Order: sequence, then C-alpha cells, then structure tokens
Amino acid sequence: MSDLILTPNIKNADDFYAELLAAHEGLEKADSDALNARLVLVLANHIGDSTVLTDALRAAALTDS
Amino acid sequence: MNKIFETPLYGYERSPDQDSPTPVRHKVIVIGAGPVGLAAAIDLAQQGVDVVVLDENDKVSFGSRAICFSQRTLEIADRLGCGRRLVDKGVLWDRGKVFFDDRQVYDFNLQPDEGYANPAFINLQQYHFENYFVERVRELQAEGAPIEIRGRNKVEAIGTHEDHVRLEVETPEGPYTIEADWLIACDGATSPARRMLGIDFEGRIFEDNFLIADVIMDADFPSERWFWFDPPFNRGQSALLHKQPDNVWRIDLQLGWDIDKEREKRPENVIPRLKAMLGDDVEFQLEWVSIYTFQCRRMESFRKGRVLFAGDSAHQVSPFGARGANSGLQDTDNLCWKLKLVLDGKAPETLLDSYNAERVYGADENILNSSRSTDFITPKSEMSRILRDAVLDLSEHYDFARPLVNSGRLSQPCTYDGSSLNSADALNGPAGTRPGSACPDAPLGDEFLLPKLAGKFTLLTIDADAPDTLEEDGIEVTRLALSVKDDMTLALKRRYLGDATSAVYLIRPDQHVAARRDSYEENTFRHAIRRACGKE
Ligand SMILES: Cc1cc2nc3c(=O)[nH]c(=O)nc-3n(C[C@H](O)[C@H](O)[C@H](O)COP(=O)(O)OP(=O)(O)OC[C@H]3O[C@@H](n4cnc5c(N)ncnc54)[C@H](O)[C@@H]3O)c2cc1C
Repeated sequence: MSDLILTPNIKNADDFYAELLAAHEGLEKADSDALNARLVLVLANHIGDSTVLTDALRAAALTDS
Repeated sequence: MNKIFETPLYGYERSPDQDSPTPVRHKVIVIGAGPVGLAAAIDLAQQGVDVVVLDENDKVSFGSRAICFSQRTLEIADRLGCGRRLVDKGVLWDRGKVFFDDRQVYDFNLQPDEGYANPAFINLQQYHFENYFVERVRELQAEGAPIEIRGRNKVEAIGTHEDHVRLEVETPEGPYTIEADWLIACDGATSPARRMLGIDFEGRIFEDNFLIADVIMDADFPSERWFWFDPPFNRGQSALLHKQPDNVWRIDLQLGWDIDKEREKRPENVIPRLKAMLGDDVEFQLEWVSIYTFQCRRMESFRKGRVLFAGDSAHQVSPFGARGANSGLQDTDNLCWKLKLVLDGKAPETLLDSYNAERVYGADENILNSSRSTDFITPKSEMSRILRDAVLDLSEHYDFARPLVNSGRLSQPCTYDGSSLNSADALNGPAGTRPGSACPDAPLGDEFLLPKLAGKFTLLTIDADAPDTLEEDGIEVTRLALSVKDDMTLALKRRYLGDATSAVYLIRPDQHVAARRDSYEENTFRHAIRRACGKE
C-alpha cells in the first residue's frame, strides 16, 4: 500500500466518533445518506492523491486480507 | 420550417458514368454528404484527388441535430476553406450555468486562456454547417478541382475486391455501376455500408430518450449553455437550453426510458413541457422536434480492406459532449493525408491501419467521456444518485466539487498517445504538445500559427537551426522558422517550449505532432518522417 494510513491516526478517537454520530443525529435516513456522501467527497478532495484514494476505496471494500 | 431544409442543394443530375458501357473507376468514392462525408471530399479534392460523393438525399440535414462545434473542428474547417463562414454565422459562447432542483448552483467560463484564432466553441445549426461545406465544394468545382456530389444516388450494394470496390447505385433514372480504388463510408449511424459488408456494430448501449426541440423565440436569455439537473419542470430528469443563430434555441429534455415516443412528439404534448420550462409568457414557435435514443458504440475496426469508415457510421456517442460531428471531422482530418500518400505510392497501404488505430483510440476516449456524462446525468442506482446529488449540493458552496459535475465533457482534440507514428518525446517541453497532440494555435503578430502548418509535413523550429527543406523517401518537409520573439504574448513559448530554450517539431499534415527535440539532428528526424508515414 502507498501512503494510505491504516494505523491509528486520529488523536482523540472517541471525540471524533461522537462528533460523527452527532452530525447524523435526528436526520432522516435520506439526509444521513446525503451527509455521508458529501463527507466522503469533501475528504476525498482533501486527500487528492489518486493512489491514496484508490487504496482507500480498496481498504474500505474489505476484500484485501 | 426553415426553407433551407426543403431546397435541394445537390439535385439529381445524370452523370456520364451512367451511360458508360463499362463501370467508370474513380480514385475515391465517399458515401454520404453529411458533415463528415463533405469534409472528406473537400480535403481530398484540395489535394487534387478525384472524388465523388454519393448521397441518397439531395438536401442538408433535416432539423438541426448538431449545434455545438469545437475549436478543433473550426481549425480543420479553416484548412478546408470554410472556417470563416462558420464563425461569422455561429453564436460564440464560452459561459454556462448549472442548475440543480430550483436553483442555480454555479456558472463557468470555458476558455480563460487567450491566443487562438478560433473560439472555444460556436453554436450553429448542422444545416448551416453542411450548407457552407457544399458552398465550398462549389467553389472548388469552379476552380476545376475533381470533386462531384451526386444527389439521389443511393448505394444499394458494395462489392469488395483486392484493389478496388464496386458499387451498385440506384437513381431516379435507374441503376448504374461505379468503381473506386478506395471507398469512404460516411453514411451515418444506420450505415447501410456497414450492413452490406456484414459488419457488426457492438458496444455499450445507454438507453434513454431525449426530446430535442428547436424553438424560435425572441427571448433575452444570454448565449450561454444552461443545464438543469432534476428541475421542477422536468422532475428526476435533465434539461438543456442553448442558443443558435437566427433566434433559434435548442432545448433538450430527458424523458426517461419507458415512454411512448410517438405520443411525446405531438405538439400538444411538447408545448406544455416547453411552457413549463420557459414560462407561460414566453412566445415561441417550434422549428423542429424529435425524440432520440442515444447509444455509445463503435465498430471494432474502421478499415475493412479498401473500405474506410468515418463519422457516425464508425462510432456513436450520446450528444452531451458534442462529440459526434466534432469527432467525425477529426476522423477525416486523420484519414485524408494518409490516403493521399498511399494513392501517390509514397506510403505503404498499412499507413491506413494507423487511421484505424488512432481514430479507434479517439472513439474510445469519446465513448468513455460520453458514458461517464451519461452516468452522471442519469444515475443508474440509488447510491449513484445520492453521490451525484451530493456533488451538486457541494458545488453550490465549494469550488472543489465543480470539476466533478458532469453535464457533458465538451469535445477536445484527441492526443494520439502511443501511436506507432509517433517518435519518442525528446524535448523537456509542455505536455500539451507531446508527440500525438494536435498543435495548439498561437498568435504570430497579426497572424496565427495553425494556417502555416496546414496540409503538409512541417519542421517547426523555435530558436533552432534546421535545413529549409528536407526530403525523405518521397516525403517533402518544409521548415517554418520561428522565434519566441514572434509572439509577444508568449503563448508560443508557453505552448511549445515550456522550460526548454529551443525546439524542433515534426508536424504531420493534420497538424498533429509526430516528433520533437530540443535541436535538429538529421538522422533522428529522417527516422521520424519515415515513422510518421508508417514506414518503420
Ligand atoms: C439531437 C442531436 C444533437 C447533436 N449535437 C451535436 C453537437 O452539438 N455537436 C456534434 O459534433 N455532434 C452532434 N450530434 C451528432 C451529429 O449530428 C452527427 O455526429 C453527424 O451528423 C454525423 O455526421 P455523418 O456525416 O457521419 O453522418 P450523417 O450526418 O448522418 O450523414 C450520413 C449521410 O449518408 C447518407 N446516406 C445514408 N445511406 C446512404 C446510401 N445507402 N446511399 C447514399 N447515401 C446514403 C444520408 O443521406 C446522409 O446524408 C448531434 C446529433 C443529434 C441527433
């Protein structure tokens, strides 16, 4: 794998996770799906590097061992 | 209806070929007087090749069909002697707006970069385009060029032979037989030639229906490309509004797959749809309405022996990138100089296989782009719609999302990366002029670069030495000596030198780069010339 980080990298993991849940709180399923989609796009643009993105897609698919 | 549709432009006339006891043999026959067939014929006639165009019809395209013509098409048309007319008549535009649901999400400008003789795009009805090309044919005839268009000459059968083809042609006065050394089939998407030769036409098919309406109205919408995703007046679908000359406006409304075409085409169904889009108070008249189902596909090979396929007969795309006629003109641009060299015995017949390789590459690029646009415009799954809508919502707020919005990636000239005619890149220069690229234009004082590169092999030197002429195995190359100082705007430097301080380019007759290096070296360039003609 390239520069994709798959080891712990978020300093306050619990805080981030709570923030993620809070962002979805009270949303209908459709609005939550839309939020997730926007979030993926925002993050992907921040990363930019196409090999990292490709590796991230592969990692998320959980098909590699 | 506009009179231009109704007037025969190349009415039937009896040809002496019809009275010949044995079939007359021509150098080249072109089937089809659409934009692509006309371009092929003009290109060949300008090079002195005897060419006959056969068309079953005798008029321009019915209804306007193509409206958006690219800079590359205009550059090719310049070389064919009709570019000026197109630009003078066409509507210039470089701006567009994108709407989502009930609001505008952003606007764009296509060509911030200057220094080209031709605009990025013009809008012009296909019938005007064809009309100007026919005018050019008439001019060439007046100059004595060996070119003919035969209206109401319908090709009924094609016999292929080792060194020629034989056609059975039906006319209002009965059939006749005619032969040619080479046949170019520009007979459109339903290509009877393809069928007659028993060739399959496979590929990905995208099935969706679009209502295409050209309306005449005195509206004050600007001449911009307006594209709607999921607007209130066409829920779940897309819409497009674009201006053409003579107060004609193109409207495309996506209708979805499961519709009754005949019913949707009736004015009583079309007019309410248009009113919902334009507003009740806008007065308009329908010029032309049609329903299209678009497909993306190409032939496996554009050459079959002595028959060459070009334009829609060889490949089709959905219209969102304006890649139909525009790519067809790149086909004939690529083909005609090669055919001329082969006819003159200056290049091996296999040079024509590079036409197939290069234009198949171009067609695949067009199909890829057009398929991706279609996937964005018509999401195929729930998640693809969610992602599409997310892109559109973000594009309203953030620049980063705008490049992801895909309402059609407008036709760009194809770069023939990996073509066997290219020599290895030997200049640390700009990517946009690497071997295989179509030369970008650049200003030279009051003039422009591209007209100086037309129709012959050129050695373009920029602050570099080279002989004024060079001949390699029958191929003549002439030098065009320039300096970065010839262009005070520095576009020439930006486009052809980049960080390099000098450059020598070998440029093909179709204005594509065959080789480049920082300085002249005889042996290298002799090899490059041979390579560019399929001799290595
Ligand atoms: C709604 C719409 C919008 C479009 N918008 C654009 C656009 O903006 N930009 C763009 O570049 N392209 C666009 N296109 C595509 C463009 O119209 C086509 O790519 C173009 O017309 C192809 O030209 P052609 O010469 O290959 O074929 P055609 O124009 O189809 O010409 C084929 C010719 O062959 C003749 N013929 C057929 N069979 C025979 C026979 N047996 N014997 C003799 N003659 C025969 C026909 O009479 C016809 O004249 C659009 C198309 C549509 C439908």
